[in-house]
Amino acid sequence: MIDQPLPTFAPGTDPGPSFFELLRRTSPDALPGASLSGVGGSAAPLEIPHGTTIVCLKYADGVIMAGDRRATEGYTIASRRIDKVSQADHWSAMAIAGAAGPGMEMVRLLQTELEHYEKTEGVPLSLEGKANKLSQMIRANLPAAMQGLVVVPLFCGYDLRKAEGRLFKYDVTGGKYEEADFASTGSGSVHARNWIKAGFRAGMSRDEVVDLALLALFQAADEDSATGGPDLVRRIFPTVAVIDRDGYVKLVDDDVERRSIELLQSGRSAL
Amino acid sequence: MSMPFYVSPEQVMKDRADYARKGIARGRSLVAMEYADGIALVAENPSGTLHKLSEVYDRIGFAGVEKYNEYEMLKIAGIRHADVRGYSYSREDVTARALANGYAQTLGQVFTHEMKPYEVEILVAQVGEHDGEPNEMFHILYDGTVMDEHGFTVLGGQAEAITDSLKADYTEGLDVGAAIRLGAKALGSPDDRQIAADQLEVAVLDRNRTRRKFRRIEDGEVTSLLSGG
Repeated sequence: MIDQPLPTFAPGTDPGPSFFELLRRTSPDALPGASLSGVGGSAAPLEIPHGTTIVCLKYADGVIMAGDRRATEGYTIASRRIDKVSQADHWSAMAIAGAAGPGMEMVRLLQTELEHYEKTEGVPLSLEGKANKLSQMIRANLPAAMQGLVVVPLFCGYDLRKAEGRLFKYDVTGGKYEEADFASTGSGSVHARNWIKAGFRAGMSRDEVVDLALLALFQAADEDSATGGPDLVRRIFPTVAVIDRDGYVKLVDDDVERRSIELLQSGRSAL
Repeated sequence: MSMPFYVSPEQVMKDRADYARKGIARGRSLVAMEYADGIALVAENPSGTLHKLSEVYDRIGFAGVEKYNEYEMLKIAGIRHADVRGYSYSREDVTARALANGYAQTLGQVFTHEMKPYEVEILVAQVGEHDGEPNEMFHILYDGTVMDEHGFTVLGGQAEAITDSLKADYTEGLDVGAAIRLGAKALGSPDDRQIAADQLEVAVLDRNRTRRKFRRIEDGEVTSLLSGG
């Protein structure tokens, strides 16, 4: 390796099309959670920023993903404008709840992993393949999770072979669970889920489902102190992304702002 | 154990270079040229799946000629280098120059230390992202020689004849259709052939695209671009 200016491998050790495996061989310290392996379990939970409520819903032409913008550090607000929903590749998105640092690192790793596979193989991974890959990454983070750095993402995307949107939730061990209609995770997820459950119908339109997600996040923020509601003073509104046959699109701030204000004026927010 | 015959280093290098050149001369060529929106890559390639042109990183593309397994291996090594670097630093820290240096060292090392040199010529191209930021094209030979090219460059067996044809017709600021027509015409010029769209592999590094500038142009679109203008 030292003599070779570009990374090359003997047949038995070749990482194949996986960036995760490549990193494990060339620079294992760069993997999320790797540097924590020597840290003993501490009695007090680490005071680091945590992301809170994210939701994901299926609609007629695909899936949407939305998240509030707050990160908390104990009882303190660590960030008012963190983005928890990220594009994973052209047809998929990932959102994080839990420890924000390792979570964002995992997003970056998944983004690189998917693009790396696509470039080396010449074709993108299947949606199922992407979801399984994320599962392995969460499992690799388990030692860090045992020390309190829990990352529980949601993953969703448009499956070009099945021609439908699909969504997956995960547990801390990397267990992957496909949901039929909607999913939510994070501290405000119980409230968000109940509101989605009450308003959800199969085959909703894009507009309907975006408004339902914003309502659910609003209600979660109303009940859960760690979830941020729409901030009219600073003009901070939830992140919303839509994925359909044509790929990932993040809704522009003005659109989300308009919808949030309509929601606040509609009376549904004062229930 | 018998003593091997003495062979002068000059002779060894010459034999290796001849061997590599002979291999490369058998291969079909490709051209790369700067056009109004970036860099166009046009290769003669009858296979629709074994690519000569590929994406390496956001602004960077790769092209290789002659021995598929060898340039494919170099392509993957380049993607690995770029992705690890971009992951550990930032996306803008991945540059064609660093990649070209890596390739030059690898090819140079293989040329002097291995039994057989690689029978390849490769190109690392990077499109300038903003107005005024120049494009970069590094043409790297089988022995690790790097050439910094401007305007256009030709890789492969009939490079000289194709270069002559391009020299006569190339101008700056072509649109994408004109660049691809010119490339296709130049590739066919040494033996007066008209190369059909399904025998061409075409890609562009288009600075107007969002993050990933590399775009493969499929056969149907190539056909209509070739017949236009």
